Amino acid sequence: MQNKFSLPTQDEIVKRLKKIPEGLWRECPNCHEKFYYRRAGVYEVCPNCGYGARLGSRKRIKLFCDAFEEWDKALATDVHHLDENYKKKLAAGIKNTHVNESVLTGKARIGNYDFAVGVMDSRFIMGSLGQVTGQKLAHLFQEATKQHLPVILFTASGGARMQDGIHSLMQMAKVSDEVARHSEEGLLYISILTDPTTGGVTASFAMQGDIILSEPKTLIGFAGRRVIEQTINQKPPKDFQQAETLLKNGFLDDIVERKDLKAYLNNLLDLHSDK
Amino acid sequence: MTKTAYETVVAARSKDKVATADLINNIFSNFTEFHGDRQLNDDPSIVGGIAKLNGTPVTVIGTQKGKNTAENIERHFGMVEPEGYRKAIRLMKQAEKFKRPVITFVNTSGAYPGMDAEYHGQGSAIANSLLVGMELKVPYISVIVGEAGSGGALALATGDTVWMMENSIYSVLSPEGYASIVWKDSKRVMEAAEDLKLTPQILLEEGIIDKIVPEVVDQSSTQNLKNMLIAEVERLQRFSADELVEKRHERFSKF
Repeated sequence: MQNKFSLPTQDEIVKRLKKIPEGLWRECPNCHEKFYYRRAGVYEVCPNCGYGARLGSRKRIKLFCDAFEEWDKALATDVHHLDENYKKKLAAGIKNTHVNESVLTGKARIGNYDFAVGVMDSRFIMGSLGQVTGQKLAHLFQEATKQHLPVILFTASGGARMQDGIHSLMQMAKVSDEVARHSEEGLLYISILTDPTTGGVTASFAMQGDIILSEPKTLIGFAGRRVIEQTINQKPPKDFQQAETLLKNGFLDDIVERKDLKAYLNNLLDLHSDK
Repeated sequence: MTKTAYETVVAARSKDKVATADLINNIFSNFTEFHGDRQLNDDPSIVGGIAKLNGTPVTVIGTQKGKNTAENIERHFGMVEPEGYRKAIRLMKQAEKFKRPVITFVNTSGAYPGMDAEYHGQGSAIANSLLVGMELKVPYISVIVGEAGSGGALALATGDTVWMMENSIYSVLSPEGYASIVWKDSKRVMEAAEDLKLTPQILLEEGIIDKIVPEVVDQSSTQNLKNMLIAEVERLQRFSADELVEKRHERFSKF
């Protein structure tokens, strides 16, 4: 018997469901609240807890800089002699980010202030610190020193890149050295730790800023949670490597929301300008 | 006969491996150990202080594993906490003030992965060790004695000269860690050791280290390392502070 409201058939329901575009509803990876995608806004922030979704490096530049000129655009890992698996990962990273490495570098401007900028991208082999990543970062600080520019660096990384072995580890020392040389010239370095900043990146340039900032609910740590759990045989609390905890423990200068960041940086650049 | 990568891993971790404290006591005279980071704590996984090397005052810093289970628990198996790195930084700055060369002995699988270590800023402590080590205005020699894993080892290994003992390893992470990430199987240590290229021979060829030190097992091999250190300190002392920093910069910037 046919219902007078003529309920759709099973097939019809499936057909209609297929017409709904994907991704209209998002789940926040931090608080797991589900929300209509538009509510995240241009800054892609969870309307419930304030966690900011991981952003691509080019998108971040668009959001926070008024002008940008890329450096070392062509610099990329030489893939001859690399194993197929690593080659694939590099190719996927380039495809995901439209950048040749896990960091995008260049000269940028906010308002009246020029600075050297670096933006790491977690979609490039987890933002891992490869040899070329280190090379680009070292060059960023060298060039900033030469041009007498402040450096603003957005970090996002799972840490050292295993595939590059010991050479990845050496980047920590190499970049640290350039940070020190830039600092000796009396120049400003602001590091902004974004989700996630861990391992060798936390244990080097991320934590070497004159001013160290982060975004709400960012994961920041040295050792991975799983390794810690296995070592101490207990579960650390959910927030133990969260920006808010690091702020409380004295390892961050401030946590800044994305909507306020541009004005915040403009103020810092103004306070450090020679004019 | 050369060892395989895995045999080198086993030898580097052997319980017969010379202890850092024994190296210090047998190579230097008048060793005086200093404690604490002046901020929070004293980390027993780092042994440090001042001593004489053939009459020259030097600062000595090393990671110390335990000789037995009780000592290993106290010293976290040589895995350093932030307070340990801060003690090392303090001693390096002190060496700089009194123009003493710095010698570090590294034998650690890595920085300690603990909850308090994270709360107390493990990343920040290592980051600052790197800054201080790279800019140190006195001669700085690093000797990798056994295991040297990840940033936790690098924090004490940014010397003007970096040496490795015959039976030692140096890698971005432990072979177990590598195997568990790559193959989700921490037991494939043998292959991981090969992949990581962590033996002194390979690292010497790659220019990561400068020399392989004959394994210290007895009096004559101890004397040999002592002679090598004396000669190297003398060589480095001929450079001015600025030249040392510049040469260290060149050494690491080529990586």
